[in-house]
Amino acid sequence: MAVDMRLPTVIKAMSLSVSAADRKDMVVPGDVITSDTGFMRGHGTYVDEDKLTASVAGEVQRVDKLICVRPLKTRFNGEVGDVVVGRITEVQQKRWKVETNSRLDSVLLLSSVNLPGGELRRRSAEDELTMREYLQEGDLISAEVQSVFSDGALSLHTRSLKYGKLGQGVLVQLSPSLIKRQKTHFHNLPCGASIILGNNGFVWLYPTPGQQEEEAGGFYTSLEPVSLSDREVISRLRNCLLALAAHKVLLYDTSVLYCYESSLQHQNQNRLHWPTWCLQGNGLVLHARSVQTLKVNR
Amino acid sequence: MATVQVSEAEKVYILHGIRDDLRVDGRGCEDYRHMEVETDVVSNTDGSAKVTLGHTAVLVGIKAEIGKPRPLIPNEGYLEFFVDCSANATPEFEGRGGEELGTELSNILYKVFNNEHSLDLRSLCISPGEHCWVLYVDVLLLQCDGNLYDAISIAIKAALFNTKIPRVHISSDDEGGKEIELSDDPYDCMRVNVSCIVTLCKIGHRHVVDATLQEKACSVASLIISVTHKGVITCTRKVGRGSLDPESICEMTEAGRRVGKALHSPLIKLLQQEESLGKKRQKVGFLG
Repeated sequence: MAVDMRLPTVIKAMSLSVSAADRKDMVVPGDVITSDTGFMRGHGTYVDEDKLTASVAGEVQRVDKLICVRPLKTRFNGEVGDVVVGRITEVQQKRWKVETNSRLDSVLLLSSVNLPGGELRRRSAEDELTMREYLQEGDLISAEVQSVFSDGALSLHTRSLKYGKLGQGVLVQLSPSLIKRQKTHFHNLPCGASIILGNNGFVWLYPTPGQQEEEAGGFYTSLEPVSLSDREVISRLRNCLLALAAHKVLLYDTSVLYCYESSLQHQNQNRLHWPTWCLQGNGLVLHARSVQTLKVNR
Repeated sequence: MATVQVSEAEKVYILHGIRDDLRVDGRGCEDYRHMEVETDVVSNTDGSAKVTLGHTAVLVGIKAEIGKPRPLIPNEGYLEFFVDCSANATPEFEGRGGEELGTELSNILYKVFNNEHSLDLRSLCISPGEHCWVLYVDVLLLQCDGNLYDAISIAIKAALFNTKIPRVHISSDDEGGKEIELSDDPYDCMRVNVSCIVTLCKIGHRHVVDATLQEKACSVASLIISVTHKGVITCTRKVGRGSLDPESICEMTEAGRRVGKALHSPLIKLLQQEESLGKKRQKVGFLG
């Protein structure tokens, strides 16, 4: 039983030595981007007295004559092919509404999910009535974006065995701009847990499933108690993710793993130290290491 | 209260974790989250404190005024509470959405603090039946992530530590009326020491201190206990829709007494450390 109280400290801004070529063009709302009238204005900009001004905080992107500002902290803007982790908010006729941290709730149509047994048949009225038996309000799913509606809402599908309803685990909600786009978003980490880095900022941590459960396709959720060692790994990973997000480090499997490895030094002397370590500040070490790996990968 | 949705499988995971004394963020069942306390943040109050408990942030401001004591209790001062749930915390609190939660919180605060065992209300009396100190306590919820009662009580304790109530001398002047004189010496003042509130949530067969919103969604009932630094329980209240077994109430009360008693000394030590820094203290405030 422990109580950890401190006086608040000012978080010092980290300054990394980045070369001028690497430094991106950052603007805040109200900054004048250019006074040249020859440019077309894109998203995130507006014209104020013949000057192109930014309306959001982010980096300036220029494609020929089009200037737009891509915001750093924004709701999830999905594109076709993105992997998302979402929570069911409503069960409607022939579709589910899924919350994915975007401007509108995403849509999961009944025709876009796999039926039990892998049958390929036309969905009947009975299927509509038993929708709630498969996915209820509050359930978590992993899905892929199939298309984008004209109003910006995403249409999801779970037509693969790796997507579907998620079982026991921990959900961490972060900003979508911190998740790096990669070939695969499903990772089995060597430390003993698995992770799904959804493009919408929702990260799902779960115990690595055994061999026999991989064929289920999301219909069978195991409610067996998870072992204590797996739980410790998942808790540590969760704290690492929150620490990385607090220091604005790009999240992908390697950065999460590096953070986990450096956190292992703070063992169970006092369990309470992991969260405080995370929030207090090995940020500089982690950031430097991540920058190094990015340079190596180029 | 701001609620989060939790799926069935997540609830099972949380329940089994609590049974094994390892919560989702690695804490034990009786551990608090990381806490940050700062006093003297609002300049136009007599005492103020800002407490951050995990992601819950609470700001308390205290103004001390001389008023008339309550007719039924003429030789005690009293506290007046007002809880404001700011829309900063969650969009549900916009407009009049936060009113229900605010009145519920202030009702419980009245019950806990207008009780002679929680704090010494007689020390707030100046002259019985005529003058007493009235402390107006304003609570502002900035961020809501579970466990509001504990954060509010710690903030009230810190703000009261920061409030120096001057000693009052009553002299009768020539016409027979009473004159109130506040002491000129800035060090001639008194401080009020109050109890702390501990919230215990019943999840499964065990109880948990400092529950997050996810854990709150898995619990059926909670027990709110107010404990002084000597370990005396001054007020108990049960909240929530579920029922509690009398045996579990006894267990939870004992745990609450233990946890509450251990909460006072680190807090007082921290506040004394902050006070000893004096002018050298780097004020963080809200833009840290």
